[in-house]
Amino acid sequence: MAGSGNNHLRTEFDDVLLSVENLVVEFSSGRKNKVHAVSDVSFDIRKGETLGIVGESGCGKSTTAKAIVQLPKPTSGKVEYEGTDLTKLDKEGMRQKRPSIQMIYQDPISSLNPRRTVFNIVNEGTRVWSTEHSQQQEIKVEEMIQAVGLDPSEARIRRPHEYSGGQCQRISVARALVLDPQVIICDEPVSSLDVSVQARILNMLQDMKDEYGLTLLFISHDLSVVKNVSDRVAVMYLGKICEIGDGDVIYDNPAHPYTRLLLAAIPDPDNKHSQNSDVLEGELPSPLNPPSGCRFRTRCPRATEKCETEEPSFEQVGNSDHWVACHFPHIDNELNAPTSDEGQFIEGNTDDEILWPPAD
Amino acid sequence: MNEEQEINADEVTNDSQASEEETSISDSTQLEVSEFADKKTLGFGFWLATFWLVLISFLAVFSPILPFKDADKNYIAYEQKENPLTGKVQERPVQPPYAPSGEHWLGTDQDARDILSRTVEGARISLAVGALTALFGMIVGGTLGMIAGYFKGILDKIVGAIFLVVLSFPGLILAILIVALLDRSLLTISVTLGILGVAPIGRLARAQTLSFSEREFVMAAETLGAKKSRILIKELLPNVLIPMSTLAMLVIAVAIVGEGTLAFLGLSVQNSATWGKLILTGSGLSTLESSPWVAFVPMGFLFLTVASFNYLSDRIRDYFDVRDIFVTRD
Amino acid sequence: MLHETDSADNILELSDYRVGFRTERGLAKAVDGVSLSLKRGSTLAIVGESGSGKTVLNRGIMGLLGANIIEGGSAKFQGEELVNTNRQKFWGTKMAMIFQDPMTSLNPVMKVGNQVSEPLRLHQGMSRKEARDRTVELFTLVGIPEPAKRFGEYPHQLSGGMRQRVMISIALAIEPDILIADEPTTSLDVTVQKYILDLLVDVQSKSNMSMVIITHDLGVARGRADEIMVMYGGRIMEKAPSETVFQEMKHPYTQALLSSIPRLNDPKHTRLTPIEGFPPDIVDGPQGCKFAARCKYAQDTCLTLTPEETTIDTHTYFCHFPVGTDAGSEALKSNEDKGFTAAGLRIKSKGEVV
Repeated sequence: MAGSGNNHLRTEFDDVLLSVENLVVEFSSGRKNKVHAVSDVSFDIRKGETLGIVGESGCGKSTTAKAIVQLPKPTSGKVEYEGTDLTKLDKEGMRQKRPSIQMIYQDPISSLNPRRTVFNIVNEGTRVWSTEHSQQQEIKVEEMIQAVGLDPSEARIRRPHEYSGGQCQRISVARALVLDPQVIICDEPVSSLDVSVQARILNMLQDMKDEYGLTLLFISHDLSVVKNVSDRVAVMYLGKICEIGDGDVIYDNPAHPYTRLLLAAIPDPDNKHSQNSDVLEGELPSPLNPPSGCRFRTRCPRATEKCETEEPSFEQVGNSDHWVACHFPHIDNELNAPTSDEGQFIEGNTDDEILWPPAD
Repeated sequence: MNEEQEINADEVTNDSQASEEETSISDSTQLEVSEFADKKTLGFGFWLATFWLVLISFLAVFSPILPFKDADKNYIAYEQKENPLTGKVQERPVQPPYAPSGEHWLGTDQDARDILSRTVEGARISLAVGALTALFGMIVGGTLGMIAGYFKGILDKIVGAIFLVVLSFPGLILAILIVALLDRSLLTISVTLGILGVAPIGRLARAQTLSFSEREFVMAAETLGAKKSRILIKELLPNVLIPMSTLAMLVIAVAIVGEGTLAFLGLSVQNSATWGKLILTGSGLSTLESSPWVAFVPMGFLFLTVASFNYLSDRIRDYFDVRDIFVTRD
Repeated sequence: MLHETDSADNILELSDYRVGFRTERGLAKAVDGVSLSLKRGSTLAIVGESGSGKTVLNRGIMGLLGANIIEGGSAKFQGEELVNTNRQKFWGTKMAMIFQDPMTSLNPVMKVGNQVSEPLRLHQGMSRKEARDRTVELFTLVGIPEPAKRFGEYPHQLSGGMRQRVMISIALAIEPDILIADEPTTSLDVTVQKYILDLLVDVQSKSNMSMVIITHDLGVARGRADEIMVMYGGRIMEKAPSETVFQEMKHPYTQALLSSIPRLNDPKHTRLTPIEGFPPDIVDGPQGCKFAARCKYAQDTCLTLTPEETTIDTHTYFCHFPVGTDAGSEALKSNEDKGFTAAGLRIKSKGEVV
């Protein structure tokens, strides 16, 4: 699979708010080694859309999110927001853009300063950008706290540890909204919350989105949550996107072998994909030395020689908003299955893989 | 009122009322579920230590106007005694030191100076040394440490080198050098001791800053558009201040003892009573034997004060630790 | 209240089992009267959210809560009473437990192979070589690739899924009579989760080991447990064979739980139905049914009277107005008409909680 190829970018629309092209994020590890966290990832989000990025640990989804807000700056690639390439901005230039792109984090506790009152935390956005204490600003902050379902007068005296996980996430949302952002990037916002609390936060996010006309990038490892929340979904594996398109379409007819395995694994009581008894074998290859060609080939039931030598690029599936980067995607009743004259089936790892624990 | 009451967030008390059935449970219970669920209350010892420190500080600050005896005056007592040379009964001075009595509650030293007054006076200097040392250490060490921890890179390396040099320097020799080269004023002594405090406080500040700057709320602040300086002051400082302060209390304790050591070398603050000097005065072998109170009273005050600071440091650290730690899912 | 009188068949029998902690505000009743029987060789899944008491229950049974708790009722393991006794003799021999976070459960400075072979040498008297061979065997069984090589590695060199597999190996090495798995896959990727759960079920069936899986995820429980027990506020809400819980659920909490999770079959942007309100205070808790404050079926009875146990066949539940019964439907309808439950929860028509 490849991020190579930007066929799936929707240049035909003129309301694309955020567009990521050929994003690469690499970290150096030790003297010679490089961690290929994100390798040539492209996608776009239109105004008012929610794009969900789903993938397992080590796929690079969180790194992608951070790279968009340039924290830190990606190794290469373009991040275009409202026509401006964020990667080309200097520190101050990027800082000026920050209010428009906000973030919500996975750990509700860690994302709030334990020493500050909740009111101050939510208010921080306004304090950063204006030095005058205006009545209006205070009112706005109070309204925002109320909008997420918390009591503003309590917020003035309480600190984060006096609230539950779900309430802390609400505080995070309020903090983000105070700056009137256009885009909110949600990095696993409900993963550490109880099931019944998750539902409330997801509903709240949807309400906020409708109310304030937000555009969301929603990152999660939970496939059911992503499906519920997103308009479009991108599936990532080892630093690359393997499938992207309309959420309902992908979940009904996953084309990429990895997506199919992922869906089959969900312990949903009514999962129709669990008929598929295939299990994802093997271990995640090391991002220090990812497989050549298609990165998924070492664990793919369909891999052939071609997958080793040639990186697949995005092709459209049918006529719908459905793109897959695979040489042998599951389409149209398996007309695409590898045949014997395309080389042997290659399964399992090759000997020179470095098996390494993926980043959580 | 925390509306979502989760079991892990409950704390445990020392003195809960046990009913007759619950005799198998010991008095101090602890929740196993969360390893951080320490005692959240400050406790009796805390208040005791605080009381002592408040008392001694009050005495130190207001000693000039409090009705203590003059600390420098020699209160030689006289009695009617037979002069061995002439055989006549005369008024003769009684040999000091005088034991504690109604006249001198804690006795006098060999020069018949009232020990209580002198100890109270000594508190002024000793506490001042402690406070100034800690202050210096916090300001200089804390600033250096936070800068190193937040900005990392070359700044970190420079500060690290500074700390290393300071730590490696034998403190005593440094003290002797400085005192020999400069003077023996309160300020100099405090700054000398303070320099020695810079490295431990600084290292702690650096480690804490490093740890806190990894937390998401710092990244969140950056995402909001806050400048680095603002993040350092508004987000990091309030968090780093707590552990720094508890360490600072320990530094005060060490400085007070340090002053005592300097006094024994004859290097303590000039022209003032300090606890170290007082202890020194009473430390002659014969004095210790016959009139132990001369040394023990200042020692006792020093001990109580140092112990209080140490204890407070522990309690405060525990108290704030619990506040910091949250409850996560089950 | 014992359910099965043929106790010889039951490896675990709890009768009104209780666990309390003393806190500043009073006695925290973390487990407030749980009765169950676990047949030898079967799997029970205990489902609940945080604060439900599921973890305290299991640690209590194992005796891992320390000496400073108050236990009540009865908990019999293979016929032997556990309550207020020292259970250490069972650890590492008959009882084994797997925890949620393998990183903190494994000794970071000890090679993983040794962590498995140690109990083998200690409890089963194997020689060094025998233990090592058996360890490699176990590693292969649980699907650790290159098991011999892995033997000499340290926990931090392994991925989360691998560490959990090591934990399972340790548990299996003991060949326990009962394995308690506390959220064993919560911190793992979904594909690894499937593998681990399938593995546990496989091992369990082969060795006739009894198993208790604790999870917050009903989906995980389904199809992998013989029986599912739903807990809330330290009490059992519903207990039934796996499929029965899903097909014929009786307790409103179970129903609410299922409705609040996003389902794969639902189209995108389906509005979720959260459970409003907060978990109950276990110190100063509500009278009557613990779930009443958040239940859309709640009537006045629920606020004052603790629901009695109702058992039909193998299905046990504790509810005055169960789902799918006449009483239940009437209760719900009356609440919908009023717009409020007896506990003051506002309800829109069609049972949607506001």
